[in-house]
Amino acid sequence: MSFPKGVIGNPVFQLFQKTGSPIESFGDDPLFARAHRRPLNADPFRYKPGVTSRQVKRRVAVAINNCEISVDISFDSTYLILASAFIMAVSGVPCILAGAVAGQRIAMLLTMLASIAGEYAAVSILFFNASTTAYSVELPQPFGEAAFTVDNLSLLFLLPLYLVVFCAAIYSPAYWPARKKRGATRLTIFTGLFAASMIAVTIARNGVLFLMAWEVMAISAYFLLTADQQNQETERSGRVYLIATHFGTMALLIMFALLCAITGTFDFPPRCSLALASPYSTAIILAALFGFGGKAGLMPMHFWLPGAHAGAPSHISAMMSGLMLKMGIYGILRVLTFFNLLPPWVGWTFLILGAWSAVGGIAVAAAQRDLKRLLACSSIENVGIIFTGIGMSLVGMQIHSQLLIICGLTGAFIHVINHSLFKSLLFMGSGVIIHGAGTREIDLLGGVARRMPVASALFLAGTIAICGFPPLNGFIGELYLYAGAIQDGISNPLPLTAVVAPLLALVGGVAAITFVKLYGIVFLGQPRSDRGAGSHEAPLQMTVPIMILAFACLFFGLYPVALVRLVSPAVISTAALSAETFDMVSSVVPLAPVMLANGLLILLGLFTGYLYLLKLKKEPCEKNSTWGCGYPARTPRMQYTGTSFSGLIVSQLGTFVSSSKVSPDMHGDLLPAKASFAYEATETVLNQILTPLFRWTGWGFSYLRRIQHGQLQVYILYIIATLFTLMLWRGR
Amino acid sequence: MTDTIIHLLAVIIVPPLLMGVIVKTKAAFAGRAGAPCFQLYYDLFKLMRKGTVFSETTTWVFRAGPVVTLAAVLVASLLVPLGRHAAPISFSGDLVFFVYLLGLARFFTAIAALDTGSSFEGMGAAREVTFSCFAEPALFFAFITLARLSNSLTLSRILTHVTPDVWLAAGASMLLLVGAIFIILLAENCRIPFDDPNTHLELTMIHEVMVLDHSGPAFAMILYGAAVKLFVLGALFVNIAFPFSTGNSILDWGIFIAAMLGLAVAIGVVESVMARIRIVRIPQLLVGATILSAFAMLLMLR
Repeated sequence: MSFPKGVIGNPVFQLFQKTGSPIESFGDDPLFARAHRRPLNADPFRYKPGVTSRQVKRRVAVAINNCEISVDISFDSTYLILASAFIMAVSGVPCILAGAVAGQRIAMLLTMLASIAGEYAAVSILFFNASTTAYSVELPQPFGEAAFTVDNLSLLFLLPLYLVVFCAAIYSPAYWPARKKRGATRLTIFTGLFAASMIAVTIARNGVLFLMAWEVMAISAYFLLTADQQNQETERSGRVYLIATHFGTMALLIMFALLCAITGTFDFPPRCSLALASPYSTAIILAALFGFGGKAGLMPMHFWLPGAHAGAPSHISAMMSGLMLKMGIYGILRVLTFFNLLPPWVGWTFLILGAWSAVGGIAVAAAQRDLKRLLACSSIENVGIIFTGIGMSLVGMQIHSQLLIICGLTGAFIHVINHSLFKSLLFMGSGVIIHGAGTREIDLLGGVARRMPVASALFLAGTIAICGFPPLNGFIGELYLYAGAIQDGISNPLPLTAVVAPLLALVGGVAAITFVKLYGIVFLGQPRSDRGAGSHEAPLQMTVPIMILAFACLFFGLYPVALVRLVSPAVISTAALSAETFDMVSSVVPLAPVMLANGLLILLGLFTGYLYLLKLKKEPCEKNSTWGCGYPARTPRMQYTGTSFSGLIVSQLGTFVSSSKVSPDMHGDLLPAKASFAYEATETVLNQILTPLFRWTGWGFSYLRRIQHGQLQVYILYIIATLFTLMLWRGR
Repeated sequence: MTDTIIHLLAVIIVPPLLMGVIVKTKAAFAGRAGAPCFQLYYDLFKLMRKGTVFSETTTWVFRAGPVVTLAAVLVASLLVPLGRHAAPISFSGDLVFFVYLLGLARFFTAIAALDTGSSFEGMGAAREVTFSCFAEPALFFAFITLARLSNSLTLSRILTHVTPDVWLAAGASMLLLVGAIFIILLAENCRIPFDDPNTHLELTMIHEVMVLDHSGPAFAMILYGAAVKLFVLGALFVNIAFPFSTGNSILDWGIFIAAMLGLAVAIGVVESVMARIRIVRIPQLLVGATILSAFAMLLMLR
């Protein structure tokens, strides 16, 4: 297969070829000879030649079932990250040994400890050039060597992971107390496994190891989201999730098998080592897009996402939305870096799928009635924005525009971190509402802010951040994407990428509607039902994690330099550029004046607010009811509802989402009959395309049921027939 | 430095005058004497001295709404060049910051409206945020076109770059752009044909109904903020539609103020000769503006 025209060199990771090969086998002892130590000098930004890992302090050799595991242990950063994953993985064990109540506490402490250690390691690699080592464990014969390496791309995803896991660990015992709720043991065990497997996914460098970690992640997520066993809706969405995730895993199995067919091993190929002309490369990219895109929630593979994220306990939703979706993004970035060239269609596919997800996701979110479904759908939008950024940079690679590459990747990566922060904040905040009011239905809530002043202020911060308004962090990522798009509009003869800017504006506008609706209807006004009226402030254990996340949003918003510093190593290594080029090109978005303007905005706001408060103190303030336009007998049920708030925009975005209303029929014999009204948001992709498709597939495969009838003898016959056929085929 | 001081003074003092001129124009069309041009100044001073009535339903969000809105609009006003003079704050990418500041202002007005629990104000808030989400893409298409003309990402540069020569060279594109921006100007400031700033209690209005419950100094802040927003977007329009410069700084300021007053008269004329369009038609008109500015961009690509 060759692409004679239109294929242009993709500079991804070229500099890695220098260092990608295994460097030294270690020691003379045959047992340790397999353990390689590789310095990670991926990053010219701060790599000092000659600095290698610290001295090995201990060696451990274990032999299990003929599979010899030999590991060098030195207390460097990679070791800390591995250790943190291990501690998280076993953090649930005390639950079995010491009972659920004590076990939950111990797990909380262990997870917090592990996250602090891991975050310390990640920060020390990123900021203080701490040394990193590659660890490897020999796997049984065909699978190669289970290697763990931390590089800049892994760090980008590990940094928010540790913070969110830390917050979720504090949150969990208060939200799901083992004393009061069933299933706490299950929740604790699988939360630890879930977090650990995500760390393993980001640092695994072997296909088999990666898939093992991936499956542990996917399956522990299933057990987590079905923690609420009483709920049938949750059971159903859990089943849909399980099917969807295994479709994805199937694609990934195919992908790794094809990779193995090219390279001869399951180890990840070195960066830029695969030629586009190599057989199967198109199939590999497509399989990766299907498998990883499905996990990330990219449209049209997103159908499992809203139900799964809405049904899970809130801190689990935070981890799933904030972290697990990002694993899909990580995976696809990792696979793209294997290739030295990328066909032109890849960038455009990313861009189009990303834009579709962004617009479609937020349109579906706007129509939701369920608090957590709304947040889940908005995750689709955010993943869409991230994919748009990545697509922009891939298009930039084809047209050799460094500006597009850097703006696209920087914007996408900043949004990866930002989305982890504010979406976790919002999910945990929604947990506080559910904890207090006991319902997720937006139209039943209202007036929560009067009963939960602290939670409502924190939630407002998350809302502003996710809409991308200054002065919070959401603005910074979008600024890079806009700058890239508009700059493309200036310099490109045919500026197709420039259309991203108005598109992002539309997405931002609908996001503003969605979140004004969410915040305004849930927190403000009067309670629309008794449930909303009964809400109360959550315990400190639940608000403190949200405070930490809100502080992070504010900090990164006011000091965006830190954010850019966090993502720049990953951008530089992914785009294979020099640090100087990055600094030069990224200066198209100067951060100092942004900080200045943000500061001015806050100062002006505080000053005006201070004057206003002084004025209010001096002048008489009168309390009265809301002006009802002359109508005296108003009730809280007459307030505008969330459904009516978003009705106007939903009617305009009918391409993506429509509302099915069952209107009341009030014709009785003499008096009006009893009537009911139902409203449901129906999604075009799901209801018009996927559901019929699955129905037809089910119908088609129903014939296969005849050969599966439960008679054991016949099954054995099948096995013999299969073996015989295979032997015939082999012997041919 | 002098320009910065004049810029600040112009932003602080002139906006209420525009409102007065609009009202005066409409009165002239209706054959009335009308309120004096400085009426809004008197209103603002009066409101500042008044007490406040708060609804029992409201929380701190209701009090914060006007404050944040005013602060955001004022910062936005420092980003837009007035006449031929660069803005006090300008940096590459400030056009995005400008649009998002207006978004922040709208966000807080809307949640302050929802805080009262009134169905009228909820309705107004829903309409305001919905219509502006159609206006923003149009604004960005216009910005891309202007950025391509001037090869820059700063508002000061892209707006002062427009000269009569540019008009002669790319007249068709500029004409479409001016049309689109005028529509956005009317929509964003809730003027006829999108909204009627005179009616307070009809089901068709948008902005006025959102601020029904505000009173006293808070209402003064809202009225003033609305005037500043009209001034800022008006300046954006005047920079493109009336790009004349004499080279003399003080004279340019005079031309700019005169052009702004002319714009106010034009808005008054539009409001006098047009009826408000139906709510369902508003998104169509705004999508029309988006298409106009996208078309302007296409014409620039030649």
